Formats: sequence, structure tokens, C-alpha cells
Amino acid sequence: MAVKTLKIDDQLISARGDETILEAAAASGIHIPTLCNLQGVSLWGACRLCLVEVSGSSKLSAACVTPVAEGMVVQTQTKRLKHYRRMIVELLFAEGNHICSVCVSNHHCELQDLAIEMGIDHVRFTYQFPDRSVDISHLQFGVDHNRCVLCTRCIRVCDEIEGAHTWDMAGRGRNSRVITDLNQPWGEAESCTACGKCVNACPTGAIFRRGSTVAEMEHDRSQLEFISTARTRREWVQK
Amino acid sequence: MAKLKLATVWLGGCSGCHMSFLDLDEWLFELTHQVDLVYSPFMDAKQYPQEVDVALVEGAIANTDHWEMIHQVRDCTQYLIAFGDCAVTGNVTALRNILGTAEGVLERSYIDLADLVPQIPAEEAIVPPLLDWVKPVHTVVPVDLFLPGCPPSPSRIKFVLEVLLQGKKPRLEGRELIKFG
Repeated sequence: MAVKTLKIDDQLISARGDETILEAAAASGIHIPTLCNLQGVSLWGACRLCLVEVSGSSKLSAACVTPVAEGMVVQTQTKRLKHYRRMIVELLFAEGNHICSVCVSNHHCELQDLAIEMGIDHVRFTYQFPDRSVDISHLQFGVDHNRCVLCTRCIRVCDEIEGAHTWDMAGRGRNSRVITDLNQPWGEAESCTACGKCVNACPTGAIFRRGSTVAEMEHDRSQLEFISTARTRREWVQK
Repeated sequence: MAKLKLATVWLGGCSGCHMSFLDLDEWLFELTHQVDLVYSPFMDAKQYPQEVDVALVEGAIANTDHWEMIHQVRDCTQYLIAFGDCAVTGNVTALRNILGTAEGVLERSYIDLADLVPQIPAEEAIVPPLLDWVKPVHTVVPVDLFLPGCPPSPSRIKFVLEVLLQGKKPRLEGRELIKFG
């Protein structure tokens, strides 16, 4: 694969031809915020937090799904991008019922981290307070739809790494929600192997281990990384 | 130079933010040398004063008393701080908004979940009527500074007050100063 040379934030970098802007930036130590992106599973490009400006294009591009190109000039931290990113995170807070102080993932939450990164000290949009449900029919895990940001990471790890495809998406627009099997209670979803990958993939406290209380739920991302890289690294036992 | 006139106000919150303020411990002695506390749940003042420099407002706007109080606070205060997550986001106080209306909330609490005598408390002029929706402070009156946290840690509160005492406006950034929860 030919090497491509491009500029990200005025830094001259070279990347493999099959890399995305996000990968090339990360390899050069340039941080671009993400949410739906998860190493080891397919790209989604849904959260729009990794939007960047590419010279010559009037549209903004999602860095996670945009391949690098020769001579490309990319800006990742312009005023416009910061404005949109902050707006996106504020809208996520306003859309669901995210009450950090009583959440299992308080202190260990990617949405909370993003709010800090975007400098969000309050939300300018009207909170929607949607009436959403909690499902604790599963013996080990629970799902609290109030805290779900619809990133689909659970759907992708379950389908692509575990191969069970217990999770899927139902509804449209503000009624979208993740479901298990044929929109059944999780405890009755026969395809679920109780592997816990969705728990470790979830960026917020939406999917949690039962019995965890406020601030106790920590996601073990290393489980996913180990499984998705085991073959290439020829490591068969998780350290 | 005249001492800074400080007020603290307790609206729809659990008073945890005020407890965190008290956790400033011995620094409170230093603070009393530099400010005049003119109104607070910690002291016996019935009326909110006319001219207040800085007010820490804990809690969301949940009932008609809060609604009147916050307008009075805004009218008489130079620099209004939304103090803690309930004031900033609605937080736990606003969880009841999912039920939609004040009536729905009262029915759920005093009728549906009652064990013995289901009845909605209605003593006029004693229990202030609930608003249908609990609101963060900034959606009712303009706010000068947001100090999130449930509660904001004593060090966060101290940081803000120290900057204000230097006559400057605080700028809050980073995990230590603006993390919700």
C-alpha cells in the first residue's frame, strides 16, 4: 500500500494509503474526539464528533470514515468544529436523561469526559426528559435506556466479535432505542451468551453489571482489545 | 475597600452543596475576614438584601416559592452563580419531569405509592405549589457563572471564591472544575 503524505493541523505526516484521517492523526499524536468509534469493530460514523475540515471541500468530514489522500490538508481544531462538537455533546445530554450524580458510570463515562473536553459547564438546549425504560430481566446485566446515546457499539461488538447479534436498533428519530432479540426483555433473549462484551463496549452507564451502584461501573475495554487483536498478535490468553 | 457582600441561597436541592461549602473548614474563618455574609441558610436573615455582590444559588427551580425567590435574587445580585448540578442541569430534582405535570408527580407520590392514607397535601400558603417542570436556574434568569458538581467539591468552591475576591471573573475548565456529578 502506497504511502500518502498529508497535513493535519499544519503538521506534515505520512500515512498508509488504507488509513483513515482518524488513524493517521492518532499515529501522530493528534487527538480528535470520538464517541461511536470503537477499536476492533466496524466503523459507523454516526456521532459526528470527529468531524474535521478538509481543504477544498465545503462539507465537514467524519475523520473515522474518511480515508487519507495524497496532499490532503486537514484541520481538526477550528472554531467552527469546536462549536459543533460542543453542540453535539450538549444535544446528547438534552436528549436523554443523563444524571451523572446517580449514574453507575459516574467518573468512568465517555459522555462525561467529552463534556469536560468540550468545556461544557451547562447545557444551552431544553432537556427533553423522555420517558424511557430500564430492563433488568437479565441475570447478570441491565440496560437503562435513559443513559443510552445510540452509538451502536453494543450492537457491533455483539454481532461482529461475539457473533450472537442479540442487540439491534428499533424505532426512528427520537424513538430510536437498542433492543435485544425480537424486542424481548433481555433476560428472555435466547441468543445472548452473557459474554459481557456489550457491557464493556458501552461508553456510558446504559449497559451495566447488575449490583453496581453509583460510580462503581468501570468498562473493561481491554477485553475487547484482546479479542480483536489476539490473532494478529498471536496472544491466546489475556494477561 | 468595602467587603464583598456574599449570599447563599437554597432552592430545590438537597443542601449537599451547602454542606460542601461548610467542608471548607478553617478556610471559612479566612473567608469571614474578606466577605460579609448577608443572606444564607446558615444565618438568621429573613429578607434577601437589596444589594448583594455575589450569590451562590443551590438547587433547581421546582415550586412557586423558588420562582419568586430566584427573580428577587437576580434583581438584587451583581454576580449570580448556579451552584451545583441541580442549579446547573436540574439533576435529581428534575428527575420528576419525566412524569410530565405537577399533578402527575403528586399523584404518583401521595396516591399511587401511599401505604395508609392516600391524599395530596394542600395547605394553602404553607406548602408552595409545584411547577409542572423543574427548571435549571439559567432557563429562568440569566446566570453569570456555572459551578457544576454534585456537590461541587470544597476546592472547586474555594477556587471560584478566591478568584472573585481578587476582583476577577473565574473561568472554569477541566475535570477538576467542571465535571458533572
